Order: sequence, then C-alpha cells, then structure tokens
Amino acid sequence: MTPILRIQGVSKHFGGFTALDGVSVDVAQGERFGLIGPNGSGKTTLISCVAGAQRNEQGTIVFDGEDVTRQPAYQRTRRGIARSFQIPRPFRSMSVRENLIVPLEFVVHRRSLHRADVHGEAQRILDDMGLGAKADTPCDQLSQVELRKMELARAMAARPRLLISDEAMAGLSGSEVDEVLKILFDLNAKGITIIMIEHIMHAVMRFSQRVVCLDAGKIICEGTPDAIVKDPQVQKAYLGA
Amino acid sequence: MRFWISLLVILGLAGIAAGVMKNEYYFFAGYVVLQFVVLATAWNLLGGYAGYVNFGTAAFFGLGAYIAVLLIKAFQAPLLVQILAAAAVGAALGLGVGVLTLRLRGIFFSIATVAVTIIVETVIINWRYVGGATGVQILRPQSTWPFESYIEMLFFVALVLAMVAVIIARYIQTSWIGRGLRAIRDNEEAAECSGVPTLKLKLAACVISGALMSAAGAPLAMYQSFVEPVSAFSLNYSVSALAMPIIGGTSHWIGPVLGAVLLGTVQQVVTVTISSELNVLVVGVLLVVFVVAAPEGIVGLARRIFRK
Amino acid sequence: MVFSLDLLAEAVLFGILVGCFYAAVSIGLSVAFGLLDVPHIAHPAFMVLGAYGTYLLGRYGVDPILSGLLLAPLFFLLGVAMYRFYYETFEKRGTDAGVRGLAFFFGIAFIIEIGLVLAFGVDQRMVEAAYIGKSMSLGEIRIPLRLVVAFGTALLLTFFLSLYLSKTFTGRAIKAVAQDEPALRLMGANPVRIKQWAFGIATAVAAIAGAMLIIVGPVEPAMDRVYIGRTFCVVVLAGLGSMSGTLVAGLILGIAESIVLTMFGASWAPAVAFGLLLLVLGVRPQGLFGR
Repeated sequence: MTPILRIQGVSKHFGGFTALDGVSVDVAQGERFGLIGPNGSGKTTLISCVAGAQRNEQGTIVFDGEDVTRQPAYQRTRRGIARSFQIPRPFRSMSVRENLIVPLEFVVHRRSLHRADVHGEAQRILDDMGLGAKADTPCDQLSQVELRKMELARAMAARPRLLISDEAMAGLSGSEVDEVLKILFDLNAKGITIIMIEHIMHAVMRFSQRVVCLDAGKIICEGTPDAIVKDPQVQKAYLGA
Repeated sequence: MRFWISLLVILGLAGIAAGVMKNEYYFFAGYVVLQFVVLATAWNLLGGYAGYVNFGTAAFFGLGAYIAVLLIKAFQAPLLVQILAAAAVGAALGLGVGVLTLRLRGIFFSIATVAVTIIVETVIINWRYVGGATGVQILRPQSTWPFESYIEMLFFVALVLAMVAVIIARYIQTSWIGRGLRAIRDNEEAAECSGVPTLKLKLAACVISGALMSAAGAPLAMYQSFVEPVSAFSLNYSVSALAMPIIGGTSHWIGPVLGAVLLGTVQQVVTVTISSELNVLVVGVLLVVFVVAAPEGIVGLARRIFRK
Repeated sequence: MVFSLDLLAEAVLFGILVGCFYAAVSIGLSVAFGLLDVPHIAHPAFMVLGAYGTYLLGRYGVDPILSGLLLAPLFFLLGVAMYRFYYETFEKRGTDAGVRGLAFFFGIAFIIEIGLVLAFGVDQRMVEAAYIGKSMSLGEIRIPLRLVVAFGTALLLTFFLSLYLSKTFTGRAIKAVAQDEPALRLMGANPVRIKQWAFGIATAVAAIAGAMLIIVGPVEPAMDRVYIGRTFCVVVLAGLGSMSGTLVAGLILGIAESIVLTMFGASWAPAVAFGLLLLVLGVRPQGLFGR
C-alpha cells in the first residue's frame, strides 16, 4: 500500500544555518508515527514544510500520491493535511465555536455553504472533544488544556486524513496528558494518520507504532519505540557526548 | 431588513432636506462628510477587518480625482463614467500594491502605501496634460433635473457612494469573507492552516478598498472646480481615513460611519471657526488618544456600556 | 537631458557624500526597526524635530554639530520614554498590537509634523555656520563644504555606533535581544531595559542626524515623509538587523538618487527611494545582508 506521506530528500536552510539536511521518511496510512529529537533538531521545521508553512529548498513532499511541495498551506489543508501548533494559535476575537467554523467554511463546505449547518457541526465536534459547554466562550477565557483541545478540534474540523500534533501536551499535568492522548487514540481509531511530536517520552512511546529520531537536521534512528529507546545514538543526542 | 429600510429612510430624508434647504453650504459640508464615510469604510475593509494598515489613502483618492480630470479633458465624460473609471484604476493600483507587498509582513505593506502616495503624486506633478504642479480648472456644468444645483447633485452622488460602500462593508463583515479576514487578522498562519486562502482574500480586500477610495475621489474635480496635486494628495485624507475607523470602531461597519460623521463634522466646525492646521492637529491627537486609551473605538465603548 | 562623463563622476561623488549621510540617518531606524522590530514610522519625524531644535539653538549662535550633540541626551530620554510607553500600551498586550502600534506611530509623526508647522510655519529654515556656503575643490569638481562635514560626521557616527554594538556589553546585549530574547532573559539581563536603552540611543542618533540634515540643506516640516522612504529603503535594502549593510545600502541609494537628479531633475528625486524600496520588497525582501 502506498504511504500516505512520502518525504524525500528534504533540505531547509535559514541563512547559514542548516535546519534540515536531506530528510527522507515514509508514513503509512493510518499509522501512529512519533517524531522525537532534542531541541533545535528540526522537528518543527520538518512538519512546517509538510504542512506548507515553510518551503523546503530541496526535496519533495508527496501526500497521498500527489506532489504538494509547491502548494501553499491552505491548499494542503484542503487536500487533507492538518496541524496543531506548539504554542496554541486561537483566533482570539472569535468564540470557540467560531474558531471551528473557519475550517468548516473554508475547507469542508467550501462549495456548498448555503446548505451546510456549520454551527451544528462545530458544536458536535466540540461535544466529542469535551468542550461542548464552552462553545460560546471567548478564547482568552480558556485554560491551557482547553486551548490545546480546541487546537486539535479546529484541526479536526477540517476533516483531515493526516493530523500533525506538535507538542500538544507540553506543560500539561499527568491526567491532562492522558486526556489528550485518549483523544488522539480515538481519532486514529477512526482511520486518521497521526504524526506526533512530543518531548514527553512516555506519551510518545505509548502512542507510536513507529518512531523516528532527528538530530541536527538528520534522521539518526528509525524503528519501534523499544528499539529507539535502546539506540545508543538516540541516547547520545539527548544526553550529549 | 431593518438595514435596508433605514437606507431608504435616509435617502428619503435627504430628498426632503434638499427640497427644503436653501443654504448651499450644507450640501458642501455634507458632501465632505459623506466622502469621508466612503474613505473610512473602504479603509476599514483592509485595516479593521484584515489588519493591514493603509497609510496611502490619499494616493487612491487623488488618483481618482485625476482620472476624472483626464476623462473630462479628453472625452468630456459624464460623472458616472468618471467614477467607474476611477474605481477601475483604484482597483488596479490596489492589486499592484497588494501583489507586491501582501506576501510580506504588515509593516511593509504600510510603507509601500506611503511609497505609492509619493510616487503617484510625483508622476502627476510632472504631467502637464492634467495640470502638473499648477493644477487645472474644471468647468462645472449646469445642474440637471431633478436637482436645483450641481452641488446638490454631487451631494446625492456622494450619498449613493456612501451607501454602496456601507452595503459592501456590511456584506463582507457578516459573510464567510469577513470571517476569513478576521482569522487572517487574528493569526495569519493559523488561518492559512485552516484552509483560508490568505493571499487571495487580502488581495480581494485591497482591490475593493482601493476601488472605493478612488471612486470617492472622482467627483472632487467637479466639487472643487479646481484640482491641484498638493491638496488632492493631502496627508489629511490618509490620516482621516485611518483615524475615523479607529475612533468609531474597527470591528463593525458602523464604526467608520460614526467616526466619519463625528470627526468630519468636528473638522468642518474647527476649520471654519479656528484654523485648518489646528483642525488637522485635532485629528492626529484624537487618533493617538483613541489608539492608546480606547482601541475598540466608540463601538467598543458602547458595547461595554450596554453590557452592564 | 545633458549627459557627460564629468557630470556622471560629479553625480557619483555627490551620491557617495549624501549616501553616507543617508546611512547615518538610517542607523537609528536600523536599531529601532531592524533589531527591535518596533514599527517606528515616526523616526524620520524625530530627525526633523532634531533639525528644528538645531535651528532654534542656531538662533542663539550655537554651531549645528554642537547643537546635535547637546540635543542627543534629551532625545535619548525621549526615546526611552517613548519605548516604555509603546511597550506598556502595545507590545505587552499582543493581539491587535500590530495595527494599533502602526497607527500610534503614524499619529505621532503626524502630530510632530503639524506641531512644527504651527510653531515654525511651512517655510524652509536654515542654519548658518562657517562651513556652510563655502566649497572646496577636488580637481575640476567643486564640493560644498557642508556636504563634506555631514559626510564626515556621518562616517564617525556610523563607526562609533557599530563599535558600540559589537564591543560593549550593552551593545552586544542589544544585538542579542533581537536574536534570542528568552536566552537573554535566562542570562539575567532584562530585555525590556535593554530595548529601552537601544531605543533611546536610536532617538539620540536621530537628533544628531537632524543636525546634519539642516547642515546639508534647508528643512521644512513635511520632510519626514520623503525620509520615511529613504530610511526604510536603506534599512530594507541592507537587510533587517545588518548594521554594516546600512552603509552599503545608503551609498547605493545616494548614488542612485544623485544620478536621477542629474539626468531627470529634482522633481523625480524623491520617488527614487520609494521606487527602490518597492523594487527590493518585490525582488529580494530580505535585503542584501539580511538574517
């Protein structure tokens, strides 16, 4: 079966600094894929290139058989790639529900707006996430974990086939991490491929079927969570030489 | 529904006032206020809804006036043609500036608008056919029925333009377009990742805004009977078009209208009673005061009062 | 359109002299906008304010360059206060800060301009000094002494500021805060204090630039507008955050303007800076040496 995402030879430079150096990796359909690496290794840059927020100078990104390397981010979202941001980026002037209406109007119901019940649909998605009661609350009144959930809900409103979760659990408490993890497991059970970037090791290891470790813009190890944890190169990258 | 009825009522009232009013001064003053309603509303499409600040309203406005001059001199074109042509050119200029700078950060768009003002003004100053630096006289035709004077007709033209601007602003605000623009303003990267075609929407807002601003400038030629670059491209237009929505409130279409009516009236009063430099200073000071102390403008203040 | 090699050489020479002046004028903006990311549209207005301050002191017989140096500490305090106010009102609160910050500085620039009109009128003002009005000869070309003085001052100013930014602790902190604010905080330095200081320096430099402005030629209140074009053109062409690039960019602008002035006349010269700016934004927005 063709991989849903094929990253080949992707390189990205910022001035003199090489953020990504010839990264190649495939993600299978429906997979739970973990991406780890020390700070500055290029994880966020890589997924920014996949989502379209950044443009890689070399290499290709093929999503579901289609070369999306030159496509702007909004087109990739319409093709089925969604991402949440490391630091939540809510639409601050809007309520929680309205935040979700944006992708509903611009992705899902683009051509049939007059027939769609975007308010109802947004409410249903929020209910599934446990945010139903907060639908009309303005964003600046949400707690951290609620904001993270809203990020995920908004990404999900676009009905993606690939969801990239960028450190959605950073700074959350133990039970909150479990909440978010359960949401991601449920989404994956519905058939959505999920790429997870996390520093919380136990979460990544519990969640992922396959893990890739980046360091200084290169992939240094790829395999099952058990294999990754035991790999000496990974240990060196995290603990230093 | 209430909205449309209100528009008809205003139109009706204006018609009655026109029949009753004998002092032409009110048409002159009213024209100026309505002109600012168009400019402020147009500015707010890009500035308030999308968050991109245009410092060059004067460029679009003056360009509109000079397109009108060009058409009058070359073809004796009627006012409607002047306005439509000005709108087309304004749209093109908005597209040009937008394509060049809307991909970059907001401040570069703003500086580009300053650039455009000076460049357009410089081009006009060096163009002798439209009068160059000395300006050009325009012969105002006799009035056409049912208006008693040409100024009365211009007043109604301005009223119609103002209504068109408000209708467009209201539609954009309440539609998916407005939501997309607000998403861009709140967080452009997140908007793009939520499927909003940010560049296309920004360009659309810029084009519509530019078209309206230039359309507002076209009747100036007939209104003043004399057009010269320094006053046509006056900084006052740029500052007012920015100050009025900020003072009135940028989140709702009624904000620019309120700001234009209030500030425009204040300007008329101050100019007549004190001096025109002081009038312009008042605008600048009010702008800074509101930006600092009441960023949501009168609309925001009203919302807060009525929430209690 | 009269064109000859001599005329071209003269234009280039004038361009170099004026270009260095533009670079010095833009260095303040390079710090305020290039490093601190403050949308300081009002920077040229402060320079014009400094020029008028020099004019006022000139009426009491104070030499222009001395006036600039005297005004600098005053402007430094003004800059510190301005940044503090900007930070408290806008930067802290996030959200709408972009639009409001821009509108704020636009309003300030406007108020300064109109204030100057009310105080001094729209006519041009000049200063007198020993070196204004005289020329020196370089071979066949006569160079006005005032341009040489401005050139020299500008060069010194650029040199000392670059030295300050690279050699002193505060100077390097300023560069650091532009690149990595959290890291700086972790090192124990207070980013807001450093940015305040930097903004103060940028405004003090504006005062000296203002003195040079009125040495180079007569000033009028609306001059800040064309200098918005020139300074932003230099800063963007250099590349945000590049100090050394400012000199190169200034020279390019100076020479371009001078050539246009010689070939097409004075009424086209103001458009050169803006035209060049639009060109850079369209073709290579990160500038020549940008980050």
